[in-house]
Amino acid sequence: MTVISYRQALHDTLRAELQRDENVFLLGEEIGVFEGSYKITAGLLAEFGPRRVRDTPICEEGFTGVAIGAAMMGLRPVVEIMTINFSLLAIDQIVNNAAKLRSLSGGQISVPLVIRTPGGGGQQLSATHSQNLEVWYAHVPGLKVVAPATCADAKGLLAAAIRDDDPVLVLENLALYNTKGEVPDGEHVAEIGRAAVLKPGRDVTIVGYSRAAVIALDVARHLEDGGISAEVIDLRSLRPLDRDTVCASVRKTSRAVIVEDDWLSYGTGAEIAATIAEGAFDYLDAPVRRVAAAEVPLPYAKPLELAALPDAGAITRAIRETLGGH
Amino acid sequence: MVGLTAALRDEDYLFATYREHGYALARGADPGRVMAELFGRTDGLSNGRGGSMHLFDTARRLLGGYGIVGGQIPLATGAAFAIAYKDAPGPDAPAVMCLLGDATTNIGAFHESLNLAALWHLPVVYVIVNNQLGMGTPVEAAAAEPELWKRGCAYRMPGQRVDGNDVVTVRDAARTALDRARGEHQPTLLETVSYRLRGHSVVDAARYRTAEDTERLRREDPLPAFRSHLIASDVLTDEAASQLDAEAGKAVAAAVDFADASPPPDVATLFEHVYATPAASVYRGLPGDPVTGGEPG
Repeated sequence: MTVISYRQALHDTLRAELQRDENVFLLGEEIGVFEGSYKITAGLLAEFGPRRVRDTPICEEGFTGVAIGAAMMGLRPVVEIMTINFSLLAIDQIVNNAAKLRSLSGGQISVPLVIRTPGGGGQQLSATHSQNLEVWYAHVPGLKVVAPATCADAKGLLAAAIRDDDPVLVLENLALYNTKGEVPDGEHVAEIGRAAVLKPGRDVTIVGYSRAAVIALDVARHLEDGGISAEVIDLRSLRPLDRDTVCASVRKTSRAVIVEDDWLSYGTGAEIAATIAEGAFDYLDAPVRRVAAAEVPLPYAKPLELAALPDAGAITRAIRETLGGH
Repeated sequence: MVGLTAALRDEDYLFATYREHGYALARGADPGRVMAELFGRTDGLSNGRGGSMHLFDTARRLLGGYGIVGGQIPLATGAAFAIAYKDAPGPDAPAVMCLLGDATTNIGAFHESLNLAALWHLPVVYVIVNNQLGMGTPVEAAAAEPELWKRGCAYRMPGQRVDGNDVVTVRDAARTALDRARGEHQPTLLETVSYRLRGHSVVDAARYRTAEDTERLRREDPLPAFRSHLIASDVLTDEAASQLDAEAGKAVAAAVDFADASPPPDVATLFEHVYATPAASVYRGLPGDPVTGGEPG
């Protein structure tokens, strides 16, 4: 184990995968000469050259489609879309081609594509640059969507995505790039579709992913001092979704709070709440609660931005209400 | 269609539009399997998953018909990227042909793809099959530059407009463009101008043109015209041409019989071909569900 940043874990994994497999190449805006908007690809152009690390013009639909076409031919493209907001320019290629080519061809065609893209607000980038749109992609059969919260998963899930024969969207988060944590040395490939219990507990289950899982863990540790034992589940993958781990936890704790950075209506939390209703209804002692972003385009001004995003206070209140005034 | 596919070699890749049926046959796809796909049967090229608009035959390097207008253009550009990624240009290198309709030249994906192909020197030939109508809209009402091949000039891409009703001219132009793609890794925008004699689809009564227009255009139909040309040039006899017609009719009848005999897909296969590695998803208890195996969850 070595302690490195989430950013470094992503960078080192890209480098290792480029070294491991000649068919892996990187494609995206400003990933080469500029070394990436968030510097995940720093140094890789110098090391691997423009054939393997390809700067593109600003044309998300075009270069994402090019990556899908290259994947159809057996290459393993890793596309960086600068933020998930810009993926909307490419959504036809992702949803109508990447997700469906295997099915439409009756299994003749594989699309071993990775799209890396960060979501998240809190950087005062305002409404168009702060969205959490991962559920749009998690809705679509044929795609996989993983969302590493920890530095170890930044390595393990990215490596798994690159080696997977299906199209995988790897959701990163602007607020996590500088976080640090232990990362296994050497080869580390996570299993896509398995949630993790970040902290075991008895009284309530907190479910989150990406930044929300990190905050949830922090809240749970604080509550432990106050005598509340919360179990924290990091979903790690939105599709496939590990419903069994969520339901098993709620059957044990009988209470659940879901934390998500996306908007409440039709969001990830709605799917998790329905999963709990289907898989653990008889075990519930309180209504399932959701903590999500306020349903507004995220404002620029700091106090408004902070008020709109889920935080430790909101999660703590929801947990206390669920526990009936503990 | 005949001219374009005659210019392709076995090692070349073809991306088509939703009007890809003839191209599939010309690439050598089994007519019975093509028909079975149209019928939605097990023995269809895509096991009944794709239907009329999505014919794939990877063994013949037919990488799809595409139902979303222009969806294939970035993919074809990506296939050309993969060729250039793996190998140097040369007279025996593979190339990609990407078909598109006239109306497709107005979408962003077309322009983004042409820019990337020219910028990165990719071995792809974009062919605009200009039938002068996007559903019911004439080219002049949709494109500010109705000489569509000129749109490649913005990307310094070689281009040419040819008579799409002249099969030999089409083949020669396509061959020249494909040679440029394989030998130099340079893309081309080729425009072939023809006309659509029938409606866009089964719901199209073609009220946007007169019966006189249609009759005039029918006289320019390249199929009887080329037949007459071959007979006049002593390449083909009337008898041999009729023989070919009869053989084609028999092949169609055999394909229909094959498709009719092929069973519809078993609902137990509903979840097949969605993922390379089965992905747990929903508690539905549907047959073949990778989560429950068909048992209610």
